[in-house]
Amino acid sequence: MNRYFHSVTLDADKCKGCTNCIKHCPTEAIRVRDGKAVIKEERCIDCGECIRICPNHAKVAVTDDLELLTRFRHTIALPAPAFMGQFGPDALPDRILGALLSLGFDEVFEVALAAEAVTYAFRRVIDSGRARRPPISAACPAVVRLLQVRFPSLLEHLIRVESPMELAARMAKRQATAGGAFRPAEVGAFFITPCPAKVTAIKQPVGTHTSSVDGAISLVAAYGEVRKLLDSGSSLPLRATGPGLGWGRAGGEAMAVGSGTLLSVDGIHSVIKVLEEVERGRLEEIDFIEAQACVGGCIGGPLVVQNPFVARVRLRNLANRYWESQSVFSEAQLDQEYTQGLWNMVRPIGPRPVMRLDDDVQRAIDKMKLVEETLEQLPGLDCGSCGAPSCRALAEDIARQDAADTDCIFILRERVQELAEGVVDLASKLPPAIRAGQKKDGEPE
Amino acid sequence: MNNAAEPLVLEYAVEGMDFARAGDAASAIRKACVKLGLTANDVRRVAVIAYEAELNIVIHAWKGTLRALIFSGRVELVAEDSGPGIPDIEQAMVEGFSTAPHHVREMGFGAGMGLNNIQRHADHLTIESAENVGTVLRAVVILGTS
Repeated sequence: MNRYFHSVTLDADKCKGCTNCIKHCPTEAIRVRDGKAVIKEERCIDCGECIRICPNHAKVAVTDDLELLTRFRHTIALPAPAFMGQFGPDALPDRILGALLSLGFDEVFEVALAAEAVTYAFRRVIDSGRARRPPISAACPAVVRLLQVRFPSLLEHLIRVESPMELAARMAKRQATAGGAFRPAEVGAFFITPCPAKVTAIKQPVGTHTSSVDGAISLVAAYGEVRKLLDSGSSLPLRATGPGLGWGRAGGEAMAVGSGTLLSVDGIHSVIKVLEEVERGRLEEIDFIEAQACVGGCIGGPLVVQNPFVARVRLRNLANRYWESQSVFSEAQLDQEYTQGLWNMVRPIGPRPVMRLDDDVQRAIDKMKLVEETLEQLPGLDCGSCGAPSCRALAEDIARQDAADTDCIFILRERVQELAEGVVDLASKLPPAIRAGQKKDGEPE
Repeated sequence: MNNAAEPLVLEYAVEGMDFARAGDAASAIRKACVKLGLTANDVRRVAVIAYEAELNIVIHAWKGTLRALIFSGRVELVAEDSGPGIPDIEQAMVEGFSTAPHHVREMGFGAGMGLNNIQRHADHLTIESAENVGTVLRAVVILGTS
């Protein structure tokens, strides 16, 4: 197995080697080499910014095929809350869920249901007063990975409760295997995902050793199939309530949690700004931070169909309609499962110091000095022609010996000019013998 | 060539009352620390001190510089400004004591915690100040200590 699994990958045939993606990557993980984008695997957090920005659709998210369903005797669809916001008002939730059955799933377990449980856990963590303030939701896997790479000191702020996706799979499988109807290996749970980060969270989870989710179906793919099957006559009652459904959009987690000083931030670059504030100790009055890598939250994921602003209002209406519905969970059940720690992450989430220039601090300092010196020679235009996102990134690549200063077209041009001038200069210099002869010829008599 | 004993020096100009760019210098220093492979805790300590020192210049001084001198075993942060100075440093160190103007406090800054925060996160702190001349703050973070 590869050291890193990434859902975000490159379709080299479509890549034109432009510089759009390199400049939008929050971890500076992309370079253009030999006319194609290259992703530095150790740095990629699968946020999908590059998928969104690529004008040639050369960045793709690897997801699983529906054929994977045939490997299991009993299959469960786990639709993300964002999935429900993709459809118009005439598509009833019961029909959407029913269409998933028609598509070939034996059962549907709404991720929004598990979101209700996670909301309960958040509430308990906040109320306990024992969390490192401010506690940060670990529901968005791209944000978790961003912390590992760029904000390691904030890892201890993460609420160590599994994501609704992971819990949904566990709950659904527990039900399906109860009473011995199926053996665990016979049950397959498939997340219908709005983003590549979730796919990576399944294939290479951070808070647990092995994910209970067996596959990730792209929301785009599922949407197309479900749309065709909306009128199949199949219907399945919606069980999730408003607070869980609302998780699909930015602000939904905080809204579900309810009271307190709750901060919601969406869009990875805005998230970075807030995280900087947290690290400075400036946000200790905040009771809870919901941070989502995508603008708009999960409905703004790279694999959605609907315009996120349209999806937002639809999901809000849906959440409002079912806000007061009776939850399938009793308070006692939630309390018991939470207290038993059934939802906790079992694996520590450590830093991934992939941004550093060297393993040794002194050598890193020397390299950084070189970076600063190099930077003074570079034009500071951040044009991207060298294949690095900025002049600083090129200077760092040079210090790492991954690039040369002549990768900069301005420096290259300067060198060519110097060389050309040198050639001209040399051309005028001739050995004395010839010079004398030429002089004779050239001189007017 | 690079001399190992010579620190890496990062220097940034900071303007008084320029809230639009307040924090940029501290951000750049923090980013450098991450790239140097400092531990999570050391990065956080440097980030806090750099930010508070930068903000002090923005809020109180006319202009100044924020410098980070990074050695393999320690980081020295030097905030040097020309400004009104601190008449009574001991009083300024008292938690909650602030001379920040009202409009600055309204922005959520100047709660009188800055110097305390710096002191809490630094291993050594010295402040020299002359009224109507300026202030020099030096904070040292010994790497690998808590």
